[in-house]
Amino acid sequence: MNTPLVRMHGIHKSFGPVKVLEGVDFELLPGEVHALMGENGAGKSTLMKILTGIHAPDAGGIEVDGKAVTIATPADAEKYGIAIIHQELNLIPSLSVADNLFLGREVHRFGLLDRRAMKRRATEWLARVGMERLDPGTLVERLSVGQQQMVEIARALGQEARVLIMDEPTAALTEHETATLFKLIRELREQGKGIVYVSHRMEEIFAVCDRISVLRDGQFVGTRPIPGLGFDEVVKMMVGRTLDTRYPARTPKIGEVRLKAEHIGGGPVHDVSFELHAGEVLGVAGLLGAGRTELARLIFGLDRRSSGKVTLDGVEVTPKSPSEAIHAGFGFVTEDRKAQGLVLDLSLRENVSLPRVPAHAGLVDRPAEKRQTRGLIDALKIRTRDMELEARSLSGGNQQKVVLAKWLALKPRVLILDEPTRGVDVGGKAEIYHIINQLAEQGVAILMISSELPEVLAMSDRILVMHEGRATALLDAHGATQEAVMTAATGGK
Amino acid sequence: MTLHFDRSRATTLLQRLGSVIGLVLLFIVLSIMSPDFLTTGNLLTVLRQVSINALIAFGMTFVILAGGIDLSVGAILALTGAVTAGLMAAGHGMLLAASAGLGLGLVLGIVNGALVSWGRVAPFIATLGTMTLLRGLTLSYTQGSPIPVTNTGFALIGGGYVAHLIPLPVIWMFAAFLVCGFLLRGTVFGRHVMAIGGNEEAARLSGVRISPMKLAIYGLSGLLSACAGIVLTSRLYSAQATAGAGYELDAIAAVVLGGTSLSGGRGWLFGTLVGALLIGFLNNGLNLLGVSSFYQQVVKGIVILIAVLLDRRQ
Repeated sequence: MNTPLVRMHGIHKSFGPVKVLEGVDFELLPGEVHALMGENGAGKSTLMKILTGIHAPDAGGIEVDGKAVTIATPADAEKYGIAIIHQELNLIPSLSVADNLFLGREVHRFGLLDRRAMKRRATEWLARVGMERLDPGTLVERLSVGQQQMVEIARALGQEARVLIMDEPTAALTEHETATLFKLIRELREQGKGIVYVSHRMEEIFAVCDRISVLRDGQFVGTRPIPGLGFDEVVKMMVGRTLDTRYPARTPKIGEVRLKAEHIGGGPVHDVSFELHAGEVLGVAGLLGAGRTELARLIFGLDRRSSGKVTLDGVEVTPKSPSEAIHAGFGFVTEDRKAQGLVLDLSLRENVSLPRVPAHAGLVDRPAEKRQTRGLIDALKIRTRDMELEARSLSGGNQQKVVLAKWLALKPRVLILDEPTRGVDVGGKAEIYHIINQLAEQGVAILMISSELPEVLAMSDRILVMHEGRATALLDAHGATQEAVMTAATGGK
Repeated sequence: MTLHFDRSRATTLLQRLGSVIGLVLLFIVLSIMSPDFLTTGNLLTVLRQVSINALIAFGMTFVILAGGIDLSVGAILALTGAVTAGLMAAGHGMLLAASAGLGLGLVLGIVNGALVSWGRVAPFIATLGTMTLLRGLTLSYTQGSPIPVTNTGFALIGGGYVAHLIPLPVIWMFAAFLVCGFLLRGTVFGRHVMAIGGNEEAARLSGVRISPMKLAIYGLSGLLSACAGIVLTSRLYSAQATAGAGYELDAIAAVVLGGTSLSGGRGWLFGTLVGALLIGFLNNGLNLLGVSSFYQQVVKGIVILIAVLLDRRQ
């Protein structure tokens, strides 16, 4: 039996109170393409960051070629021949291919660059990834994404990498580029390199990988050889998260069609249509990069639609800015509350009233503003002594409630929630679910984007599943299973 | 957690009061070291000198709070002063001349705002460009020689006194402080200024209309620079093309000394007033103590650096 190139065993990692990895094992053989799968937040990237020396594990060990090693820095990882090809490529666009290949390890004589030697060696390295025809003097910004990725791989190989971690390598590639990449991956496998292939795309994993390991909520589910493995079995390994949060019940009172989206397209989103009724919660499920947030931004007028039509209560609306969307009756709780939801330096009160400050002729009506804030603090059970505290000082759950409060003050007709419970503790989640249910009961139409399958299943009336910018399924939430959603989200039928 | 909140609030308060404490200390030290310092005449003279910088710095506070910068304030001061004086020299009344000057300042500020918002030019570059351009326009308008003011009514704006004691520019300064302070704290406009500086993306997503706001913010800065231009022209009985050179830096210094963060979103107008007074009294004190003007600059620079270094230790 081959000695594994890399073996990680019993890896534990916590960030503060949050356990991200709990006893994960992973092994990579020479000449193997090993898929690493799991839902968003399952711990894949943390595991790979530990392998590349960005994070240190709390417990567990790593072996390279059967010898226990410590990988404390990215430089250690490089020393052991472990390289990662990032999803966002790590090249400097304004420098040439050769400059990028030798960045940080330039060939020089007494501080003077030896350009001729670098160019010669760059050509050799590029030949290894089938790019011998590329002039090393070309600026990286002139290359396609696929070519840039090849340059990154060439750099890793040039540094004698034997373990290549590829994080969603095909996310930005054309079909032709993907085929070229797969060809290269197969060649590298022949040469005895080990490749960790992180991806959400089931077809690709079946096309190119030898084995698959699945993580779920930081737990190691198992490793299986791909030949003989069925699509359903992989899905089954990925889902089946235990329902640790109690979801409050709601009696749906579904009203008239409120929002009608027809053939929405723009950016990564292609031809998405759906109807959203008053009093309905429509869940939007999908994996990272499926285009869910982008869909919400197109509807809210943050990005320009290239096609499609949105009708609100029978009237066509094309908001060109958030301010027009808000005026039309939309509210949008964004995914990243610190970057997009809150002004952290302003007080809770000032944040809550930001979309519409209670005022007469431009003069702030402070008493009315305080009354409004007090009312929302009580209604949403925001735990704070003082509405004058900076938003920065609140806990994650309370911050999220402030963002919700901001929109509730406007009484929107359609409320878009993007990952409404991300980074919120279990207690806070339950309260946010309760608020969502109350809003739905008041007749607000809710579009809820969420990466947590149990949450989508429990909270929604219907579920829109997206994959690669397209709607792949529209399911009735009652009777839908995690497997059904995950199958549609990974592009299966 | 409770402890943490209190500490963060206490730190904020201390930071804010830092400039006030600095001003009080400076006052005490100068009173002891120079017998001429703590006299009504001297203090009012300093206040009058400070008023020009303070007017500009109030506008600058809005710009900086919203996350921008305005380098063109000194150039706007010069051009509006020249146009006002030029119109009076051409036989127009002071009311028309002053209104034209103020209107011009407002429009020039709005042009800055348009470059920054619609043109997406970085504020530093946009206002550096308009600064240079306006300086050139002022030089060609005045042909490089001062435009004298003969209108005695106009001369009162910068040279008059209330009750034979308080210089009128001091009154303008405090009036502008009250109006701007209210604008910042009591109006939706002010709230949106703070929100844009704190997190422009969040403000935009909350429906704050960023571009019109920026036009208004830079417009306000231009208007206040024009006010300063008129006061200065009146006080000197003439408009000069080189007037206000370097005033943008004094205004920025006053804002920063007052504890307003250059990255926007945090700060207050009272701090700017204190910052302007600090600079004024520092200059005055160093003069009274007979420190050479070369070293005065050194001291001013050191004070600014210390203030900013203290501010960074949040």
